[in-house]
Amino acid sequence: MTALLPRRGLAQILALIVILAVDRVVSPQFFDLRLQDGRLFGSLIDVLNRGTPVALLSLGMVLVIATRGIDLSVGAVMAIAGAIAASLADTHSLAVVLAAALGAGLICGLWNGFLVAVLGMQPIVATLILMVAGRGIAQLITEGRIVTFSSPGLVWLGNGAILGVPVPVAIALGMLILTGAVVRGSALGLLIEATGGNARASELAGVGTRAMILSVYVWCGVCAALAGVIAAADIMGADANNAGLWLELDAILAVVIGGTSLFGGRFSLVLAVLGALIIQTMNTGILLSGYPPEFNLLVKAVVVLTVLLLQSPKLTGFAGIAARLRRTKA
Amino acid sequence: MQNGPDPALPLLEVRGISKSFGAVRALREVDFTLRAGEIHALLGENGAGKSTLIKVVTGVFPRDAGIVRIGGEEIAPRSAKAAVAAGIATVYQEVNLLPNLSVAQNLFLDRQPMRFGVVREGEMRHRAKALLADFGLDIDVAAPLGNYSVAIQHVTAIARAVDLSARVLILDEPTASLDRHEVEILFGIMRQLAKRSIGIVFVSHFLDQVYEISDRITVLRNGRLVGERETASLPRLELIRMMLGRELAETTNERAAAREHKTREICASFENYGKAGYVAPFNLELRRGEVVGLAGLLGSGRTETARLVFGAERADGGKARVEGAPVRLQSPRDGVRHGFGYCPEERKTEGIVAELTVRENIALALQAKRGLHRPLSRREQDEIARRYVKMLDIRPPDAERPVGLLSGGNQQKVLLARWLATSPRLLVLDEPTRGIDVGAHAEIIRLIRELCDDGLSLLVISSELDEIVTYSDRVVVLRDRAHVEELAGEAVDVGNILAAIAADSVAVALEAHT
Repeated sequence: MTALLPRRGLAQILALIVILAVDRVVSPQFFDLRLQDGRLFGSLIDVLNRGTPVALLSLGMVLVIATRGIDLSVGAVMAIAGAIAASLADTHSLAVVLAAALGAGLICGLWNGFLVAVLGMQPIVATLILMVAGRGIAQLITEGRIVTFSSPGLVWLGNGAILGVPVPVAIALGMLILTGAVVRGSALGLLIEATGGNARASELAGVGTRAMILSVYVWCGVCAALAGVIAAADIMGADANNAGLWLELDAILAVVIGGTSLFGGRFSLVLAVLGALIIQTMNTGILLSGYPPEFNLLVKAVVVLTVLLLQSPKLTGFAGIAARLRRTKA
Repeated sequence: MQNGPDPALPLLEVRGISKSFGAVRALREVDFTLRAGEIHALLGENGAGKSTLIKVVTGVFPRDAGIVRIGGEEIAPRSAKAAVAAGIATVYQEVNLLPNLSVAQNLFLDRQPMRFGVVREGEMRHRAKALLADFGLDIDVAAPLGNYSVAIQHVTAIARAVDLSARVLILDEPTASLDRHEVEILFGIMRQLAKRSIGIVFVSHFLDQVYEISDRITVLRNGRLVGERETASLPRLELIRMMLGRELAETTNERAAAREHKTREICASFENYGKAGYVAPFNLELRRGEVVGLAGLLGSGRTETARLVFGAERADGGKARVEGAPVRLQSPRDGVRHGFGYCPEERKTEGIVAELTVRENIALALQAKRGLHRPLSRREQDEIARRYVKMLDIRPPDAERPVGLLSGGNQQKVLLARWLATSPRLLVLDEPTRGIDVGAHAEIIRLIRELCDDGLSLLVISSELDEIVTYSDRVVVLRDRAHVEELAGEAVDVGNILAAIAADSVAVALEAHT
């Protein structure tokens, strides 16, 4: 729950601060910001900008994981949406391009949701199908080439700025607010957490667990498609082979760093996005440090381990009990 | 006393075993004696303590008090492996062997004949073949175990257990998924093993089979030993009484003053309602302000009836009516929409969402009923939670505590609160007092009475006959997945229920009823 963020998100916020501090040591200009051509520049902005695709993916992924599922296909869905957007960009209006790309994401999500919620397949297997097939579909759309475009509208989505803020960052922020409003503003949040916590009990309590599960996969597909459009807009082209490659793993990582258990139940949208930012801050820091990017993977593993240890009930159990006692006394 | 080869020295002796899980006392000073060469049935309803006793004896659970002797020697197994080493082997209902390995590999897992560090497949198959031949089984031992029927898997598991030099063989519901012919094969093997002086503990809820195969019977109830009898001298009615009821005299006095029996409005009715292979078609009328009890042995169709009524299971025939209007109950959602509620027996797996708070658990059904677009605000949730925590005296009175941290009785109250919050017209309670300590037990019964005084209609399942007699206006008795008897008014007493449950005494019950 967003209201509980300070208490629940402490480990994540601390981790982000530590990584930012390390980045500052590695690169003294890390916190420098400058305004140029109506857009902010600087390493921090870079982190936000580069972190957008994974942040968007994590918004959908966190809901899927909250229902005790997983979606391995988001990277492939990014590639499909990017390929569609790039192919249509120079011949159709921006609205049509977006509708087609997001529509494709929606259909992908429906497919995953159908396999999991209706046919009862295991989520990891069900979404593996689209993970493999999706990239093939994307390659068919681009006919195996890298499709470039110059449509100013789509390019603006990847490189423009609103009040100095890069458009991708603004979109991600908007999506976070929108998802939060829908999930916490309606009963969806509670019902998703109940479904993930105990699907059988929730169903017997009258919760439409199938509809819950279907809808989170659909939303995950739409988020992934949006991430794919932005990634394509950023490089003004679609590379079906590499767009979104392995990003499903970063998205899952972001959700886990954000404290949502892979066993479903409680989730936090804000912390999942924070998780995505932690990952990107590390990536950027390593790039700036001049170390070869291969180190990235090792460092990532260490940070993940640290965050998970900080969250582990065995480590925090005593501190938690102490805090509870203090609260009840007060 | 004469049927064991060495009557002076029991093979397995369990004395004064106690075991608690938190506040719930699963076993209280239970004794159990198994002689060499006998087949001893261990009986009791769900929650009576059979599995706990087995798990304590086989070292799966540590015990709180008591001793276990095997062949006069005290043992204290700390693990299932240690129990096997002491000569106690257990075959569970779900055979825990590896279906993807061959029959021979399963038989000799962990002790394969080896030479120079290599498994001697030929030798292993040869020995497996010989071993199974002892059990009258001639099958291809190189084929994966999973290719064979459950019966053969059971025999394989038993063969493995016996070959591990077992002196005591515990069979936990071995016949539950076997057909008649397979049961015969299994019984043949059991008799043969008994002749070899192996003591066999047979856990089952099929009373016919118990009478067919066992020499003696031990009955547990609510974690206590009710008694140990020779099978031949124990009438079936008496056995059921041991399993379900206390002394008859005691219970009849407990029954509340007979309620007024004016005709009340019908809340819901079911006509020829049933599902093939699940529960035979039944007629059931539930009136406002009335408690209908469902009585019967484990597996008689009590829970199945409850699930059909609520909509958790789809009927394949018959009509359901709510306040006279025909309705379709295809899913729990339908049930909830028509104002039904259901507290399942499996509280942890089907009831609570352990991770969520008391408040969220209470709000869940009401929220599901209202739909997504009409969320209960935090203030409304707090208000509802506060009201029911107070009304049902849920402890600790902290609505923000994850419900998984509460005791069983309080979890049950949270589930009751979940349904009461939806202002239901009918509540179905499956074993509402199971696994709950004595204080909360009485409280839940008091609540049941109060609810029904408020005009709610209740359908309650319980294996505690004295309990069911205490609060029910009518009692439906089930046997073999069919409704066989309905008792009302003065006829509701433990004796009549027992008579209706015992298959051969139906005539007596009918006579008493009319």
